Amino acid sequence: MSKLPTASERFIQGILPENPVYRQLLGLCPTLAVTNGLKPALTMAMAVGMVLLCANVIISLIRGLLKPHLRIVAFTLTIATFVTIVDRALSAYMYPMSKTLGPYIPLIIVNCIIICRCEVCASRQGPLAAAGDALGQSLGFGLALASIAMVRELLGTGMLLGIPILPDVWPPWVIMVLPPGAFLTFGLLLAGVNWIRAWRSNQPQRGN
Amino acid sequence: MAETIPNSVGVSRGGFQKSFLAQAWLVLLLAVSFGSALAFVQNSLSDVIAANKLNETLTQVPELVWGADTPQYTADTSHPIQITPGTVSIKKVQKTAYYPVFRVSRGDIISGWVVKARGQGYADNIEVLIGADPHVETITGLFILEQKETPGLGNKITFPTWREQFAGKNTDTPFVVVKEKSTTKNSIDAVTGATISSRSVAGIVNQTVKDVKGRLTPQTVLSGEGP
Repeated sequence: MSKLPTASERFIQGILPENPVYRQLLGLCPTLAVTNGLKPALTMAMAVGMVLLCANVIISLIRGLLKPHLRIVAFTLTIATFVTIVDRALSAYMYPMSKTLGPYIPLIIVNCIIICRCEVCASRQGPLAAAGDALGQSLGFGLALASIAMVRELLGTGMLLGIPILPDVWPPWVIMVLPPGAFLTFGLLLAGVNWIRAWRSNQPQRGN
Repeated sequence: MAETIPNSVGVSRGGFQKSFLAQAWLVLLLAVSFGSALAFVQNSLSDVIAANKLNETLTQVPELVWGADTPQYTADTSHPIQITPGTVSIKKVQKTAYYPVFRVSRGDIISGWVVKARGQGYADNIEVLIGADPHVETITGLFILEQKETPGLGNKITFPTWREQFAGKNTDTPFVVVKEKSTTKNSIDAVTGATISSRSVAGIVNQTVKDVKGRLTPQTVLSGEGP
């Protein structure tokens, strides 16, 4: 097996080069569903981050004991536990937000980013690398969600985090906060990311 | 990582029990420890969550009885609003049904009732608050407290435009969910693509009305303190 990335490499990779949403196209259900406002998007990213960090570290600690054919069961069990804890904590301390996010918090259990990171990183590397990986991926997920949510909330309501930004003459593009707005925004941003990557790989390499 | 299922292990005679545990002990151990962790979390947070829900219920109650007129009643300080929580029990053939209810009154005059009810939805239990006049002859409002219906389809039962169909309708005949616009008495337009969710809510309302109508009158004394 080739040399696996270190904790800091895992962290850096997760943010942009292996961004879970823009590069791996994982976890698109919450990406499309909760990005009609910046606040729910950030809360979602934080919830996913918490679950990913805890699940990655636990799986990494028990990785030597995992039976190959029972590993997915162990992953799911671990993930489901932390999702339930986050869900309960949200409804206890952020009740209105927990109602806004509704079923999308329990749905983190089947979020493929987390199971993918458990499989790719945590079941093969130590807790430090697993934690670095979780933080990097969560940050990348958070940035992706925030980028989509910013466009949608700003154009759809003229506000950011509920604070009016655009002048009153701005007509809110209602479609942006509706499901089609999610697909349009995500499609255009994804195209932009791919375009930048293609452009950069065509640039001649400059040594420094 | 190659997936190898050691099929020779675990089926040898007599050793099955032992090797089953050898395979699954980690999963069992995780299940037990995670289970206890969740029990602890639930135990420490359930009171806070219950308080949040009660709070939400109480803020919804006035509007469920007075609808759009609520601001003018809440602003009227000469007749302060009173919300009295309690329970009504309805004896049925095999079991007794309990409904948490809230009596809404201004001064000494009762304005209406809000009944909390629940029933099976498409995905999970749906919990609703039903507002009704003092004799439960007219529905005055409906609010969905809790639901886990399909996002984008079934969860539209929480939208005011859908819920408001119930308000102002008479409770003489049960509500019927229809897929196409209809002028039949007490017909409720189904949410497009979510007929089951719509029927569940209408069913909960019908059952509740059937149970509490006659039991809740302006003279009813509520049993039990608290919701």
